[in-house]
Amino acid sequence: MKWEVVIGIEVHVQLNTASKIFSGASTAFGAAPNTQASAVELAFPGVLPVLNRAVVDKAIRLGLALDAKINQKNVFARKNYFYPDLPKGYQISQMELPIVEHGKIKILVGDQEKVIGVTRAHMEEDAGKSLHEDFHGLSGIDLNRAGTPLLEVVSEPDMRSVDEALAYVKVLYALVTWLGICDGNMQEGSFRMDVNVSVRPEGQKEFGTRREIKNLNSFRFLEQAAKYEIQWQIDTLEDGGKVQQATVLFDPDSGETRMMRSKEDAHDYRYFPDPDLLPVRISDEQIARIRADLPELPGAMQARFVESYGVSAYDAALLTSSLKQAEYFEAAAKASGQGKLAANWVNGEIAARLNRDGKEIGDCPIDAARLSGLIVRIADGTLSSKLAKQVFEAMWDSELSADAIIERDGLKQVSDVGAIEKMVDEAIAANPKAVEEFRAGKEKALNALAGQVMKASKGKANPAQVQEILKQKLA
Amino acid sequence: MSLTHQDVARIAKLARIAVTDEEIVAVGAQLNNIFSLIEQMQAVDTDGIEPMAHPQDVSLRLRDDVVTESDRRAAFQAIAPQVENGLFLVPKVIE
Repeated sequence: MKWEVVIGIEVHVQLNTASKIFSGASTAFGAAPNTQASAVELAFPGVLPVLNRAVVDKAIRLGLALDAKINQKNVFARKNYFYPDLPKGYQISQMELPIVEHGKIKILVGDQEKVIGVTRAHMEEDAGKSLHEDFHGLSGIDLNRAGTPLLEVVSEPDMRSVDEALAYVKVLYALVTWLGICDGNMQEGSFRMDVNVSVRPEGQKEFGTRREIKNLNSFRFLEQAAKYEIQWQIDTLEDGGKVQQATVLFDPDSGETRMMRSKEDAHDYRYFPDPDLLPVRISDEQIARIRADLPELPGAMQARFVESYGVSAYDAALLTSSLKQAEYFEAAAKASGQGKLAANWVNGEIAARLNRDGKEIGDCPIDAARLSGLIVRIADGTLSSKLAKQVFEAMWDSELSADAIIERDGLKQVSDVGAIEKMVDEAIAANPKAVEEFRAGKEKALNALAGQVMKASKGKANPAQVQEILKQKLA
Repeated sequence: MSLTHQDVARIAKLARIAVTDEEIVAVGAQLNNIFSLIEQMQAVDTDGIEPMAHPQDVSLRLRDDVVTESDRRAAFQAIAPQVENGLFLVPKVIE
């Protein structure tokens, strides 16, 4: 049987405020345990939550970027459950009236564009951390993280493959960091994903029973976990079994998902409006002010890159995977006047090397100005693509400009017709067999001859010219 | 609507309140009284009336995003039953 995968995703985006959502305690990461837990997070009797204005502004900022509806009246609710990392006995969240509803995110998979619906995004507080080891049978509680502002972004079950799911979370990640509302530090839990997965026979209308993979903090884990879970569900169904609705955890060591709790003991959160907090009202002016302050968004920038620099839609999507990357590309493209070449280098050599070293574009040892110096020398024919790579290598490990390296290492491409003709003549004389084959109609033989010339020139001959002169001589 | 014995036991469990079987009978009767009052209210036609989230028609005041709290861990932990290395210790919980 052919199976269709259905995926919906909830992302907890940690907002990069200085203070907590409901108190003036610091949100800085890595402080000594409980030194940033105020009486509000500790749920001392009589304390009251006071909402942080920046949380509302950042939520609106994302809402506008998602082309969503901003609920100008929205309401906080209590989500009730008992766990020691949440001393109040409830989490303040939003239920019926979230701040953001009905947004959309455009993704690109291969050359296929698709719009994924964003059901809602709501404001809530994070819980603290429980540590279960080394406390003589007790659990240790650190409430520094409690009260850190989160935006929970919930998608529609619109994704039909792991690739679409990955594309969605990557676009959302790029957007929240682009907007400057999240620091994007996934190791520190700033972007945590819950993935709802189900499968159904192709053509069936109803969704299959879903299982939710909780708390994934890397794209690689999401990919592994979703792939494993999909296969597990298909195997289970094909063996005649049933998928029970459940919450599962992904174990990165085994690469497997395992059940955390089934639907039977699923929480009954008994939501109700939080009487400690009045409805949040958002004025038209506030929305207009935030809208005016929005940067050019990735989608608009992609369209502009395609239009102004002639890069492909695929390249444009890669270039706008972060604001820094987009700015880097644009600086190199403008300085060199060569958009396509700049895109090729940024998405090619540079991306590969940064990836290899686990670095970001901000750490790139070659800045956009130096890269454009290299691109100019490729465009004007000074460097063949092979020589360009050699120069690039040298630039990566030094502070030198492309021109300085070309000069120092004598890497200028030979475009002098006389010099190339001489080498071509030698190659023809030395390879009668290849010449014969070419004349007999074997096009490939020309490449062999061209290779000989390139070798003789130590890679410095202009390859286009070599081909041209060879053809002339053999005609 | 009438709450069964099991309903009351479940509500008590969710609220982490220990109740004996006898108490469940007594509490169940009280809860059912409350529910009959709610039933009366539900008979009122509320079509077209916006649900009320708070009895007062005022909106929330916001605070600026500024750190105003200092570290008061020592004071808070002085009254905690058990602490270690700055952590509050609680009976072991693993979901």
